[in-house]
Amino acid sequence: MSTFFSWQRLRTIIRKESIQMRRDRITFAMMLGVPLMQLMLFGFAINNDPKDLPAALVVPVQDRYSRAMVTALELTGYYRFTHPAATAAEAEALIAAGDVSFVVTMPSDFGRRFERGEHPQILIEADATDPAVASGAINTIGTVANEALLREARTEAAMAENQATKVDVVIHRRYNPEGLTQYNIVPGLLGVILQMTMVMMTAMALTRETERGTMENLLSMPVTPIEIMLGKVLPFFVVGAVQVVVVLVAARLIFGVPFAGSIWLLLLGVFVFVMALVVLGYVFSTLARTQMQAMQLTFFYFLPSILLSGFMFPFSGMPTWARWIGETLPLTHFLRLIRGVMLKGADLAAIASPLLALTGFAIGFTLLALSRFRQTLD
Amino acid sequence: MTGEPAIAVTGLVKRFGERTVVDHVSIEVARGEIVGFLGPNGSGKTTTIRMMCGLLTPDEGEGRVLGHDILHDQRAIKREVGYMTQRFSFYEDLTIEENLQFVAGVFDLPREAVASTLADLGLTSRKGQLAGSLSGGWKQRLALAACIMHRPKLLMLDEPTAGVDPKARREFWDEIHQRAAEGLTVLVSTHYMDEAERCHRINYISYGKLITQGTVAEVVRDAGLTTMVLEGPRIAEAQRMLRSMHGVEQVAPYGNSLHVIGRDGPAVRKAAQTAAEATQSKLLEAETSLEDVFIQLMGASQDNMQ
Repeated sequence: MSTFFSWQRLRTIIRKESIQMRRDRITFAMMLGVPLMQLMLFGFAINNDPKDLPAALVVPVQDRYSRAMVTALELTGYYRFTHPAATAAEAEALIAAGDVSFVVTMPSDFGRRFERGEHPQILIEADATDPAVASGAINTIGTVANEALLREARTEAAMAENQATKVDVVIHRRYNPEGLTQYNIVPGLLGVILQMTMVMMTAMALTRETERGTMENLLSMPVTPIEIMLGKVLPFFVVGAVQVVVVLVAARLIFGVPFAGSIWLLLLGVFVFVMALVVLGYVFSTLARTQMQAMQLTFFYFLPSILLSGFMFPFSGMPTWARWIGETLPLTHFLRLIRGVMLKGADLAAIASPLLALTGFAIGFTLLALSRFRQTLD
Repeated sequence: MTGEPAIAVTGLVKRFGERTVVDHVSIEVARGEIVGFLGPNGSGKTTTIRMMCGLLTPDEGEGRVLGHDILHDQRAIKREVGYMTQRFSFYEDLTIEENLQFVAGVFDLPREAVASTLADLGLTSRKGQLAGSLSGGWKQRLALAACIMHRPKLLMLDEPTAGVDPKARREFWDEIHQRAAEGLTVLVSTHYMDEAERCHRINYISYGKLITQGTVAEVVRDAGLTTMVLEGPRIAEAQRMLRSMHGVEQVAPYGNSLHVIGRDGPAVRKAAQTAAEATQSKLLEAETSLEDVFIQLMGASQDNMQ
């Protein structure tokens, strides 16, 4: 029997951990049930490009231009005129109360001025308390309004003149032509779900032994730090594998997320990511003295990693210092990897840099964990 | 190898922050001996045992356990020592059998070891029971079974019989003596005097310092105490009188009798005589008990601390 590592001892610890995991039914159910619940909840709930937002129309004189305007705006899919004939005061109250997201105001002489060839104005007030809500709707309005009015006026000459002055801008939304948030969120959720369970569960690994008093006994036996660490983290690879299958199948069948790249490449990435996560949890476990502290450490880590990794908000939109923090989080690199493989069909060369980063985290955390581990009770 | 003592440590010191928990303790235990390790709560017994079985690194001192250096060969010590912790420290969410399988796996024992250990200790019928649901006595049996399964050469037991009923304690000690007869060396810490008297030799530690060691008879003799016993209906009165008398260090009632103890023999005899005459009690000289010696030692070392 080797002094520093023996498969026999590792197998023994893995078996023990697996039995304990199985006996703790609530935790076990949570490890499998929570991912599914989160996937359903967030997969359907999060939408960065909301449509069908309530709007009010303030127009003193209903004419064909105002009707054309309403139709055109509703056709964009962003607006739904719940209050088509509001007064200015009513509209003000509606937007303040949050009952409508937009107030479209057309002056009473709008039709007349348009026919005279002047440049009448339309006022669109948007509730921009949440910038994401208003942005899509506002972006479309300029072109839509012009086209609708010109069509309505049927002034061929004006249309021709209008076309002539324009540059033809072609926009090609690649990898996600319909701009569906779910395509972005669902692969990201795999990262978030894995992170939640893997880090939290392994963070409990050593503190549970310490709290229950079994650590003293474990240490009095001839087991080595690396055996204890591997024995405690390897069972979670099985849990992780189940979660990966659940999320990927759901992504395909329920959310219809395309899978452009190689499944094996993705699984390689997931494997390295899970390795980094379980060892990170184990590092927390060597830092904390109680399970409570381990939980708190885990949550301190979760919040920035969800907000700064590019899962919730665009990574490139953050200031440089925040991006540097983001770079230190494994989730950031995993998101690049999984979105690259699933949506863009990236090959090994294209994801080499996030894969290397994740490998670096896994090795770094392992060394940290082993250096932190105390073989004695000192 | 066989000539070398099982434990030979000298000058062990352990500090936790400002507090010196173990202060220059030296212990020697010969092979095949059962040695008692006694002392009040918080006296440093557990810390000393942990240093000897490789769970704590001493701040000062050195020594060998089973021929292995306690500072550098902690892994070798762990393989050959069975350590039973004060608090039950096996997995409560595993069954008896699973706990033993775990230990067997870690020590790389053959598969049959578990079954034979279960049979030896009469645990076969309960092997499927979760360790957490066992009573104190059965937990202790399981812990002992797990500690001796890998056939250690040295067994360190930290207050093994706390919370165990007298019958189970008796059985436990029978087991220990049987193992010692087969050549196992045992170091056992305890509070119970009757258990101390079952040991070949005892070490008494108080406030981190080793106060005395030897056989029970030697320890009692070295204490140099004189014990007088008063018997009669008015011993409560005698007790009040004796408390303030010269040379009397302990006055302890035992049912209808009163033990009067002190180091200064003539003074104790004289005081007891006076009290016996005043209360018309019967007076006789008795053997000093180990408990009386320990109470005396405890009081003395407390004085040293102040």
